[in-house]
Amino acid sequence: MNRRDLLKTTSGAALGAAMLPFLKSNAFAQAGDTAVVVIGNTINSLDIHRTGTNRPSYQVAVNVYDRLVSFGTRTLKDGSLSFDYSKVVPELAESWTISPDRKTITFKIKANAKFWDGSPVTAEDVKWSFDRALALGGFPRFQMGAGGFVDPGQFVVVDPKTFQVNLKQPSKLSLPNLAVPVAVVINSKAAKARATAADPWAAEFLHTNPQGSGAYKVERWDAGQQLVYVRNDDWAGGPKPAIRRVIIREVPSQSTRRALIERGDVQLSFQIPNKDAQELASNSKVKVVGSPIDNCLYVACLNYNFEPFQDPNVRKAVAFAIPYQQIFDQAAFGRGVPMWGAQSAKPSSIAWPQPFPYSTNLEQARSLLSKSKFAKGFEVPLSFDLGEADWGEPTALLIQESLGKIGIKVTLDKVPGANWRTLALVEKKFPFLLENFGGWLNTPCYYFYYSYLKENLFNASNYDDQTVRQLVNETLHMEPSDPAYAPKIRQLIEKAFEDLPRIPLWQPTLESAMAQRLTGYTFWYHRQVDARSLKI
Amino acid sequence: MSRLIVVLSRLGQALPTLLGILVVTFLMTRALPGDPAAFFAGPAATTESIAEVRAKLGLDQPLPVQFVDYLADLLRGNLGQSLSTGQPVLSDLAQRLPASLELTLVALVLSVSIAVPLGVLAALKQDTWVDQLCRFIVTAGVSLPTFFTGLVLVYVFYYLLGIAPSPLGRIDIISLPPPRVTGFYLIDAPLAGEWQTTWSALKQLALPSITLALFTLAPLARMTRASMLQALGSDFIRTAKACGLRSSKVLFSYALRNALLPVVTTLGMVFSFSLGANVLVEKVFSWPGIGSYAIEALVASDYAAVQGFVLAMAVLFVVLNLCVDIAYTLIDPRLKIDG
Repeated sequence: MNRRDLLKTTSGAALGAAMLPFLKSNAFAQAGDTAVVVIGNTINSLDIHRTGTNRPSYQVAVNVYDRLVSFGTRTLKDGSLSFDYSKVVPELAESWTISPDRKTITFKIKANAKFWDGSPVTAEDVKWSFDRALALGGFPRFQMGAGGFVDPGQFVVVDPKTFQVNLKQPSKLSLPNLAVPVAVVINSKAAKARATAADPWAAEFLHTNPQGSGAYKVERWDAGQQLVYVRNDDWAGGPKPAIRRVIIREVPSQSTRRALIERGDVQLSFQIPNKDAQELASNSKVKVVGSPIDNCLYVACLNYNFEPFQDPNVRKAVAFAIPYQQIFDQAAFGRGVPMWGAQSAKPSSIAWPQPFPYSTNLEQARSLLSKSKFAKGFEVPLSFDLGEADWGEPTALLIQESLGKIGIKVTLDKVPGANWRTLALVEKKFPFLLENFGGWLNTPCYYFYYSYLKENLFNASNYDDQTVRQLVNETLHMEPSDPAYAPKIRQLIEKAFEDLPRIPLWQPTLESAMAQRLTGYTFWYHRQVDARSLKI
Repeated sequence: MSRLIVVLSRLGQALPTLLGILVVTFLMTRALPGDPAAFFAGPAATTESIAEVRAKLGLDQPLPVQFVDYLADLLRGNLGQSLSTGQPVLSDLAQRLPASLELTLVALVLSVSIAVPLGVLAALKQDTWVDQLCRFIVTAGVSLPTFFTGLVLVYVFYYLLGIAPSPLGRIDIISLPPPRVTGFYLIDAPLAGEWQTTWSALKQLALPSITLALFTLAPLARMTRASMLQALGSDFIRTAKACGLRSSKVLFSYALRNALLPVVTTLGMVFSFSLGANVLVEKVFSWPGIGSYAIEALVASDYAAVQGFVLAMAVLFVVLNLCVDIAYTLIDPRLKIDG
């Protein structure tokens, strides 16, 4: 056998091996029928309500389960698609009515909505699923609470196809919160059949056996390696997905993911580093989409418990000393939305996030610092999460260098991922840190609620202000159409400009690389793959 | 004493060691600074929900109670549930250990089949070009970090030439793993008569095992060369040569056999080392092995997974050392393993 023969047999066998097993089940497999998506992290459960289910697993809730409602889609300026927070659209619900006092929402469930086993989706299933989200605790209950759902008594089955939510107070967050991944509707009959006394919510069963009505079913799950979705042809939640089978492969090495997408062996590399996005943008074989992440900011937090940062002049000096453009170029690789250099200290709109009125000006920084008690400078550690080192490290180095020029000696404190939450967010110990909170529900008051109120997790700065507290409490549930809403939000943003517990660096983007022929890629606030809209 | 009794008593002796390892890993995982409850309560958890998770994981109990629970579970064959993968640790290990073993074994077979002849040649032709070549290959192999070698191989053979399959783990995208018997695809696939899957698994193995083999070449080749030189310079070889024995007889029966002892020792060390430590190779080739599993678990303070990993490795080391000792007696009849 010569070399040529060897190569010939090799490629023949490779093709055969590649087609073999799925040919058994699907004799008409065609190109365009299957898409391969690579992700860098690992899916650890098929049940979003379970304790310990990690973020990458939320995509299962998105693709495999339905919610009562979903968000619409809008086209951004660059032609890419993004979810539309302002447009709530039906998924399992065919329609809904909100009572005049806005304390009751009544949903009519689609008549043709069926679970995979053929049984109809009923209000009973919805109630069981929502009760389950509250009962299993942890993040699901927390997220349900954001919409004002705290007590199972609020979920009422009116008749098999009518479901009602009673609210303790009217809130603009309630309806959108039924579109989040946590608010899935599970086939309660199938699940209850596998429940035990020790496990009344069938958490063990649903962990590996999803029971939904969604657009895709899970064909196989090899934990730590791959998840294979296959289309549910009877899906009632929306337009039938174009791709029959979607294979989600877990590829830990970033370089390998890049080689795969460049070679064209996979159709989507989800969530790539900004550096790759910048480099791949010039590659004609690959399409790169960078979507600004709504209601999310990369910020430097100044801890109010740290004495120098209690002085407003010091905080402003820091804000003027941060090298924004350099950070944007070297840490964000130019991919993101700049959040500095606004002209006026009064916000012009209630758009959020919006640029803060600071830009790099070392002269001004020095003069502000000289007005403070710390004119001679001071020492401060700058902490960042090692899990976010791709942007955290270059950002911290640039801040260190620049603050050094005005006499603030910054040391770098790299914190391992497992310790980060406890030290930075729960104990709020770090004087100076990099943080990246983003809110699922896209309203400014929601962002302020989690990151500007002292008792809330993402306020790593220990910031506590009576005016802000009152404004947040007044606006959190208020309809944006209320005439009082915009002025109050403007006031909130102005306070954020002035008090600076958080100094925005830039608004991040979610970058993905995909085959040129892949269309329909849509950005979602949950930052997971939504396979339902993909087309090849 | 028959060999079986010796083996059993050796295994018995390992029990206190294993128990010690259990205690130490238990305490060390608890001493890790991270808080698994906070880590797994999710990004937006409140204090109460973290406390709930902690209670659910049993981490609110005092340490001695946790340890007794752990031992009781262990006796029932339950290694606990990994938080980061969401699977029972036992099934994780059953999945991943064969993957690592298969990769490491293939790499070592490859490595030995190159290193030993290379070392022997280098020793025979000391300071000639063969020796220099051996030195060069060995130095290059050991001084290039494995992830670098791996990435270069991927770049050349997959990205540029397109000869190698996509570096997507043990099997290509569309194929399914063979029905599980041993967990070794190279054994399970032929057993099931799935020749195409065998071929696919073999192709997927090629680049990662070459990467690993290049790295493990150095200690083996150098050790062979050194011990071969020593053997060739010793009195019994001179005597054998003086007696006019055939040079192949001298070389293989007397010199090589004597020189193999340190090589086998090194082999045992290299094997155990590369099994747990080829995290980087596993990452580059998306290999679902045990090294990356352990690292992920450590990062997430995933106690059960870390403990399970250490325990599995400890057992493996005990067995491996025993195998090495038994191999000694086969190579050198003067040696006996004592109980």
